[in-house]
Amino acid sequence: MELLSNLSLGFGVAFTPINLLYAFIGCLLGTLIGVLPGIGPLATIAMLLPATYALPPVSALIMLAGIYYGAQYGGSTTAILVNLPGEASSVVTVIDGYQMARKGRAGPALAAAGLGSFFAGCVGTLVLAAFAVPLTEVAFKFGPAEYFALMILGLIGAVVLASGSLLKAFGMILLGLVMGLVGTDVNSGVARFSFDIPELTDGLGFIAVGMGIFGYGEIISNLGKSSSERQIFAARVEGLMPTAEDFKRIVPAVLRGTLLGSVLGILPGGGAAMASFGAYTIEKKTKLHLGEVPFGKGNIRGVAAPESANNAASQTSFIPLLTLGIPPNAVMALMVGAMTIHNIQPGPQVMTSNPELFWGLIASMWIGNAMLIILNLPLIGIWIKLLTVPYRWLFPAIVLFCAIGVYSTNNNTFDIWLVGFFGVVGYAFIKLGIEPAPLLLGFILGPMMEENLRRALLLSRGDWSVFLTRGLSASLLAVAAFLLILVLLPSVKKKREEAFVEE
Amino acid sequence: MNIKSQKDFFSGLIFVVVGTAYALGATNYKIGEAARMGPGYFPLMLGILLAVLGCVVIFKAMVVETVDGDPVGRIAWKPLFFIIAANLSFGILLGGLPSIKFPSFGLIAAIYALVPIAALGGDEFKFKEVLVVSTVLAVTSYVAFIWGLKLQFPVWPSFLIG
Repeated sequence: MELLSNLSLGFGVAFTPINLLYAFIGCLLGTLIGVLPGIGPLATIAMLLPATYALPPVSALIMLAGIYYGAQYGGSTTAILVNLPGEASSVVTVIDGYQMARKGRAGPALAAAGLGSFFAGCVGTLVLAAFAVPLTEVAFKFGPAEYFALMILGLIGAVVLASGSLLKAFGMILLGLVMGLVGTDVNSGVARFSFDIPELTDGLGFIAVGMGIFGYGEIISNLGKSSSERQIFAARVEGLMPTAEDFKRIVPAVLRGTLLGSVLGILPGGGAAMASFGAYTIEKKTKLHLGEVPFGKGNIRGVAAPESANNAASQTSFIPLLTLGIPPNAVMALMVGAMTIHNIQPGPQVMTSNPELFWGLIASMWIGNAMLIILNLPLIGIWIKLLTVPYRWLFPAIVLFCAIGVYSTNNNTFDIWLVGFFGVVGYAFIKLGIEPAPLLLGFILGPMMEENLRRALLLSRGDWSVFLTRGLSASLLAVAAFLLILVLLPSVKKKREEAFVEE
Repeated sequence: MNIKSQKDFFSGLIFVVVGTAYALGATNYKIGEAARMGPGYFPLMLGILLAVLGCVVIFKAMVVETVDGDPVGRIAWKPLFFIIAANLSFGILLGGLPSIKFPSFGLIAAIYALVPIAALGGDEFKFKEVLVVSTVLAVTSYVAFIWGLKLQFPVWPSFLIG
């Protein structure tokens, strides 16, 4: 069994004391920041990324992955205990989770979320390990035309699955793509759109863009709301264990959520948020058992299913990143940035040239999930304490850590000015009701797309039909076109809108 | 003609302005042709696409009826101003401004500037509390970033340590 030998290699790497320590620190820090209301995984990763600079690449990625799902777990704790989702993927958890907490059943809700996520994480990791090898083989057949087509598919996927207006999501992708082009053009050496500012010839820093838009923008918007809107009510937690009755309900919900999440995570443009929306909708469609609490009133399935789905999706969304080198969503786009900082070019070659890193990362995902369940359930009291810290103490600290983090990326104050600028931009997006995540994805993919488009057309001597005459690329584009047509169909369009106004 | 959706109108406007700016900017570089793309080719394409898309968004915002006109709503000028001001003063104090010979004051001073200025953006401002939060953050940052992670930051004012 190749899979087993690969996994044992991975566990060999991940089980060294030093990497276990980094996985633990990552999970701890991720939960710590992720628990804070209003800060999602994106802002958390962007904020904590500098902490991993000094580490060797394997440890750094293990720690970052830990931060990522730590933030995810932390977000669900906040969603259940406080009526305030920290991120898009726990928006639906709030609906039933908070109702359970108000009825004094916060414990079982947290346990359902934690156990469901753990199970989903294990499955997601296995799926990742199983799919990695065959997909990597496919990836080696990819030429520039295929890569370009795949990125088109990914971006279309991101548009289709983004919440809100399709047109505006398209606009954000394009905005991200053009922003990604700032800096020196690799082919000609011309510094584009840099206004003769030396720092801009290296391009806009993705950390500065991410932190400004997701960190500062969010804080400004939070402060703009009246204090009653972000009032924090931390529920008391008594007794974690769900009853036998609860377990009977949870198990099928977790299984459905995991399955849906694993599938949606792999799809380009998919990811945690869509998975949890989808899982909740499915649960709502199934028939209520006799004596079961209706949805929206504290049904435990409404917590277990979306939480398992988003955790499964956060694992499997590593698949396109690790095998093809293409980030399927904004969080993975940040991961690309992190990998490049450590001189790793994400893509199919990582598995062959750097198997310790590849399998070590996968193994550490499982370890991280196990750690998180230990961190979250018995230590829940600590996280609740953290939730009672007034926001007026927290937000200056967040502003500070963003500023320090961004300065440390280049030791240059220019990045601090950039964060400020993008903070204003991010706030404008929130005010205009545009979802900013597609922008970050476009931003990372911009240079890659240009490069592959150029190469593909250079090889075909300027013949655009190359994208349609090559089978693989044609089918990828066909899927993209299909997605687009599907979402524009009136009946689907209506459903899609319904799915996003589930609150 | 009235604006039917304020949010969409301004979103579209941003797209048009940025798209046009990129497309115009791209013409300063060599465009080339599909087989040999110059540095201007891809940005020109994207800029035009973005501007056209922006026009569509604006058109929709003028035509498609919405329930309440989709207002942008009140802009939170106070937090907007203070958060950005805190950020800028942190940068100035940390790194100094060599262009006007403003010296670097280092991390600690920068933290004592950032925290109170940011706090002014909140609903309540209690001087003592802010002082405590600043001190806690200054100590934590020193321990975590300078000792722990060994980041290369100017910590103290440059004119004191020479």
